[in-house]
Amino acid sequence: MAYVSIADKDHEQHMHDPQSFITKYIWSQDHKVIAIQYALVAIFVGLIAMGLSVMMRLQLGFPEWATFITPEEYYQYVTMHGMIMVIYLLTALFLGGFGNYLIPLQLGARDMVFPYMNMLSFWVYLLSVIVLLISFFIPDGPTGAGWTLYPPQAISEGTPGDGGGIVFMLASLSLFIVAFTMGGLNYVTTVLQARTRGMTLMRMPLSIWGIFVATILGLLAFPALLVAAIMMLLDRVIGTSFFMPAMLTLGETSEFSGGSPILFQHLFWFFGHPEVYIVALPAFGMVSDVLATHARKNIFGYRMMVWAIVGIGALSFVVWAHHMYVSGMNPYFGFFFATTTLIIAVPTALKVYNWVLTLWKGDLRLTVPMLFAIGFIFTFTHGGLTGLFLGNVTVDLPLSDTYFVVGHFHMVMGVSPVLVLFAAIYHWYPKITGRMFNNTLGTIHFWFTLLGTYAIYLPMHYIGFLGVPRRYYANGTMDIVDESVQLQNAGMSVAAIIVALTQLIFLFNMIWSLKYGKKAPGNPWGGTTLEWQTPQTPAAHGNWGENLPEVHRWAYDFSVPGAEKDFTPQNEPASDGVPVGRDHGVNH
Amino acid sequence: MNITLLFVALAAAIILWFFVIRRLRAKPWTTEGILERNNITSLPAEKVGLWAFLAVVTSLFSLFFIMYAERSGYPDWRPLPDPSILWVNTFFLIMASICYQLSRNLLNSKNYKYMKISLYLGGIFTIFFILGQISAWQMAYSSGFFFATNPANTFFYLITGLHGLHILGGLFVWIKTALKVWNGLEYNNLNQIAGIRLSIQLCSFYWHYLLLLWLVLFYLLSTT
Ligand code: HEM
Ligand SMILES: [Cu+2]
Repeated sequence: MAYVSIADKDHEQHMHDPQSFITKYIWSQDHKVIAIQYALVAIFVGLIAMGLSVMMRLQLGFPEWATFITPEEYYQYVTMHGMIMVIYLLTALFLGGFGNYLIPLQLGARDMVFPYMNMLSFWVYLLSVIVLLISFFIPDGPTGAGWTLYPPQAISEGTPGDGGGIVFMLASLSLFIVAFTMGGLNYVTTVLQARTRGMTLMRMPLSIWGIFVATILGLLAFPALLVAAIMMLLDRVIGTSFFMPAMLTLGETSEFSGGSPILFQHLFWFFGHPEVYIVALPAFGMVSDVLATHARKNIFGYRMMVWAIVGIGALSFVVWAHHMYVSGMNPYFGFFFATTTLIIAVPTALKVYNWVLTLWKGDLRLTVPMLFAIGFIFTFTHGGLTGLFLGNVTVDLPLSDTYFVVGHFHMVMGVSPVLVLFAAIYHWYPKITGRMFNNTLGTIHFWFTLLGTYAIYLPMHYIGFLGVPRRYYANGTMDIVDESVQLQNAGMSVAAIIVALTQLIFLFNMIWSLKYGKKAPGNPWGGTTLEWQTPQTPAAHGNWGENLPEVHRWAYDFSVPGAEKDFTPQNEPASDGVPVGRDHGVNH
Repeated sequence: MNITLLFVALAAAIILWFFVIRRLRAKPWTTEGILERNNITSLPAEKVGLWAFLAVVTSLFSLFFIMYAERSGYPDWRPLPDPSILWVNTFFLIMASICYQLSRNLLNSKNYKYMKISLYLGGIFTIFFILGQISAWQMAYSSGFFFATNPANTFFYLITGLHGLHILGGLFVWIKTALKVWNGLEYNNLNQIAGIRLSIQLCSFYWHYLLLLWLVLFYLLSTT
């Protein structure tokens, strides 16, 4: 059978373990090392993006005082913050980081099926990050076009960074897409072909389902961004007119004529909406596993959870124009996209119910990862509900381009996935490093982050209702903006600074525990999935020693009545001497 | 809207396929023990990987085609006359595809001598195709159809260029395979033969795909 042959082949390849420091940690083809490399780079750029957000908040909260920030710089901060967070942090950390780490370990494989390509994926990603960061050091700095990069303004004179910044941005995005594709082909093929004996699709942990479907979305959606980037690059560099209409700039007619900015918007959002689920689906999957493990209960409605992931993935390709209601469209299209948008809420709500029902009457262990996972249920529900407002065309028109939208997407795409990332990092830290983190510091980190982010984003919904527009350097003395807004803004800024400082506690905890943390047992949380059953912790090269594990049950046998322990690992053989392959017919 | 329909159909097909083979209907909590047949297919990973890659390429080119079709509806569109050499190039690519298929079949019937020849020919026809494309560009350029004068020109160079890049990627694999074959095969070394067979299968599949892509592209170019 194919999986056997792949596994054996891999095993042969890995008979000679890498010896030198360079092959072991730098040019490594081991999925665990690549995962860590991805994660460290992603967290590094994430910290830069967090720094930029503090600068923005200083300007918004204390415009009189923050005179060192010019309007041009403000737009550059907005743009780079958004793009880095969405692409270079969240996408890279969920798929490049956790995808790489979890797929082989949770499926009982020795590595990805194409390890060399996996290594290339990381290095091209690093290159894309370097190209992006270079734009901070060129004369007129990075682009300030907003993360949506709408033409014509993105490449017209007068937009910050129209000289070099936008070129670096587009080049970096193209590189990122190449890197993602190399990684993504690996993830999909590994899930399909390299599962260990007994690991049927429906026995896969939900983490893998989320990562798997998100990767498929990415493989189909990122090309849209690539097409947009290439065409815009040509408009900018050699003066074609794909997206650029004829314009008067600074009193002169531009060289462009006849292009359509709306085409760009379609391309961008055809990528952009699936992108939000590229980030959300892995988060959905991982949070399910964390919740079930720390509630000592099987996940509620496993099959429905899988169907919901697949269904959301498919639907996410037919809702993109809800980002373009204000660009204007045929009313029937508006109706179509509003309907599909609201339909997506059904499987999404189903998942929320299932998470809550998983907690119901569970033997809850309020560990640090569990706290973050429960926090996620709150913030995600919150952000999902405001999405329903925005999905209706008539409600969206006044709210679009106000702080309400900023509140919506930060709750749903900013805070929620980040809470899951923290949950996941704390949850798998003992397996990754072999050490326990400090619990007290982790708990402090959780409470400040959760309450702090609410203090930042909740008021945004209110000032959005008042009509405060987004992406403004300063509100000045507009009639529509009530004076109380300034007070709100100052409050949000203080909260933002506190939350940013709290992340230093997290960093300290992670680094300090590497050396001084307690030695971690192999399975500290009593997990059922395969990564907790590795012979060594941290898992050694090749993951499983001599023999691959064999899977005898699904991933959620917690607190099974009559069992000795409150968890039964997936590779534990049937207890009652049931003949191997019982119920074979039912399953296939 | 075309694009919407396309993707709805695609997604529906995928889901249907899952359900048809009834995998997503299993109740994993009711069963214990080893379940066999857990792989989607018994194909080698390389093949599945190639399929996944071609799905990405399909997405990329469909989006370019849709952009092309959309943009060509604007009043400033000035189509360039198709260089007639494109017909010759099409012929080369078809021949390449046929040669690959032949070499694949000949390998299966253990006719190694002709297998080698048709493998080499496949690559050589492809090189002719590339050279032909380059001269098509030269012709267009020398008759004043510059890259940026009209979106029709830009699309012409851009999409044919991207298609050419994919062909070059294929040629890279062809060179590796051809070198192995050139250096001599041991016909009773089953492992080696199996490796060569896989490479040739992957190549011929990839070439058929690129031929199909080219035909769609050629149709688009000559109808607008
Ligand atoms: C029930 C589910 C959801 C609905 C109905 C919904 C609806 C919407 C709508 C209509 C907009 C456009 C608002 C405007 O610009 O006027 C929007 C913006 C946005 N949504 Fe959602 N959304 C949902 C879930 C999500 C999720 C799960 C994420 C991410 C994980 C997300 C991320 C975003 C982002 C990033 C934007 C703003 C993009 C921008 O303009 O910069 N949404 N959402
Ligand atoms: Cu959306």
